[in-house]
Amino acid sequence: MDWLTPEEWQAVALSLRVAFWATLFCLPIGVFTAYALARWAFPGRQLLNILVHLPLIMPPVVTGYLLLIAFGPQGGLGALLKETFGLTFAFRWTGAALASGVMAFPFMVRAARLSIEAVDPKLEQAAATLGASRAWVFVTVTLPMILPGILAGCVLAFAKGMGEFGATITFVSNIPGETQTIPLAIDLALETPGGEGRVMRLALISIALAAGALALSEWVSRRVAARVGGV
Amino acid sequence: MTLACHLKHAFPGFTLDAHFEVPEGLTVLYGRSGSGKTTVVNAAAGLLRPDEGRMQVDDWLLFDTAQKAWLPPHKRRVGYIFQEGRLFPHLTVAQNLRYGHWFAPKGATPEPMDRVVNMLGLGPLLHRRPAALSGGEKQRVAIGRALLAAPRMILADEPLSALDDARKSEVLPYFERLRDEVEIPILYVTHSAAEVARLATTVVTLEDGRVTGQGTAAEVLGDPSVTPLGARAAGAVLEATITKHHPDALTELNAGGTPLFLPALAQPEGSSVRVRIAAHDVILSTTEPADLSALNILPGTVQDIRSGQGPGAIVSLDTAAGRILARVTRRSAERLDLKTGTPCYAVIKSVALAPQDIGG
Repeated sequence: MDWLTPEEWQAVALSLRVAFWATLFCLPIGVFTAYALARWAFPGRQLLNILVHLPLIMPPVVTGYLLLIAFGPQGGLGALLKETFGLTFAFRWTGAALASGVMAFPFMVRAARLSIEAVDPKLEQAAATLGASRAWVFVTVTLPMILPGILAGCVLAFAKGMGEFGATITFVSNIPGETQTIPLAIDLALETPGGEGRVMRLALISIALAAGALALSEWVSRRVAARVGGV
Repeated sequence: MTLACHLKHAFPGFTLDAHFEVPEGLTVLYGRSGSGKTTVVNAAAGLLRPDEGRMQVDDWLLFDTAQKAWLPPHKRRVGYIFQEGRLFPHLTVAQNLRYGHWFAPKGATPEPMDRVVNMLGLGPLLHRRPAALSGGEKQRVAIGRALLAAPRMILADEPLSALDDARKSEVLPYFERLRDEVEIPILYVTHSAAEVARLATTVVTLEDGRVTGQGTAAEVLGDPSVTPLGARAAGAVLEATITKHHPDALTELNAGGTPLFLPALAQPEGSSVRVRIAAHDVILSTTEPADLSALNILPGTVQDIRSGQGPGAIVSLDTAAGRILARVTRRSAERLDLKTGTPCYAVIKSVALAPQDIGG
């Protein structure tokens, strides 16, 4: 397809990669956090709840700024991760994925939590009396029943990852080929004379990807729900 | 086998303080809702951690707060049959049945799947999901699922209360078979006197969190002082054997030498059954009644009369067939001059004896 320039392709591919890793990173932590918030009573539960929702409420620039402080070259966490795992975030696509992941996290948690709260704890008790330990109860009863909710969470997180702008540009800047995802490319094109065509093409691709992801998740979750609700 | 239960637990506005020890077989916890029956069963399953207490079956200790011993629910291996079935909606009937088996220890010898499936008539249901089952079918699957987990004890919390009468009589016989064929203790919660009469090896009555009586079904239900559900639910139990099925759709029983006539029963001649006679279905007469349509007239003597503030009285009558309770008005008791030792006839209409009150 040559209606996109190589740079535009790059932005699309990068966006997909960033959103994919952001979602993957959110998935286990998000489900675990949602489970803890929905089912466990522990001190600091309310605090955790607020913390989870902060990226949703704070200006994205602030989130990006906090990430820069924590994970930037001079940041404590950033230096630690570089030393132990050789992971760098600053001005790299990994940083864009991290920013997207943090911004997508509340969406994942909210979707997962809603579906966990809909699971009747009495079913989990029944599983326990039949010999299933907590972990097995989660794998064999809770997880299959919350799959549609988790899927919805993944789609939301993926869409958020594709569209994240403020935190990403603050944290890792706008570097073509490295951190320039579709929204950042659109932003740049808007400021470039004669960039209207590029803006339009990238916007159309964004819409198509979002709609496609939603349709896919609807289809999968309908199938899962039919299995779970089962007739 | 002895099941020992000592429990203390405080809820807001309600304290359970129940102590009982029962022999093997099916033990019914009998009482009105809110009397603490379910709490006992939940403590046995490990779903509720009591403030204080101990529960053990012979030397198998479920918990003992004094020793700080506590088996988590998944290590107890109790087969819990819940009031609402609680089948896993995302699994088929066959998968539900096998669920407990996955987690049973290797050395455990569960009931063979085929046997349970046959006993409960589950064959045609195996590939369905719970959403496609009727209430009675769900409860039968729940029984099977509990059995197949190779349990060391079975708990049943009002397993029939969500079912209509037809479904009840469909599922009740399976509990009779459990009691007679499975050699593990069963703790069964109910507020139905009919279920007590049919199923109980031992009855423990609970009122306001305390044990008020214990004994066989005949002893407890025939004791007018133990009416955990009030006089309206009173009714004694007679043990009898089937002597003959008559061609006019009546079955003749022998209860301690006295013939009893009932609407036709399904059990074969010679089998023994328990008959629950609700106290409000019994009429008393001090002279031998003649020209009466009722077929069952049992002579006896008044053993006790109990009455409260209301208009009714419960008269217990010793007959050759066993103890019978009759609910009459206080006015009638006074008019007939009933006292302990008064000779009396109990009149019972055959058609009043409902088939769900009769079982093996």
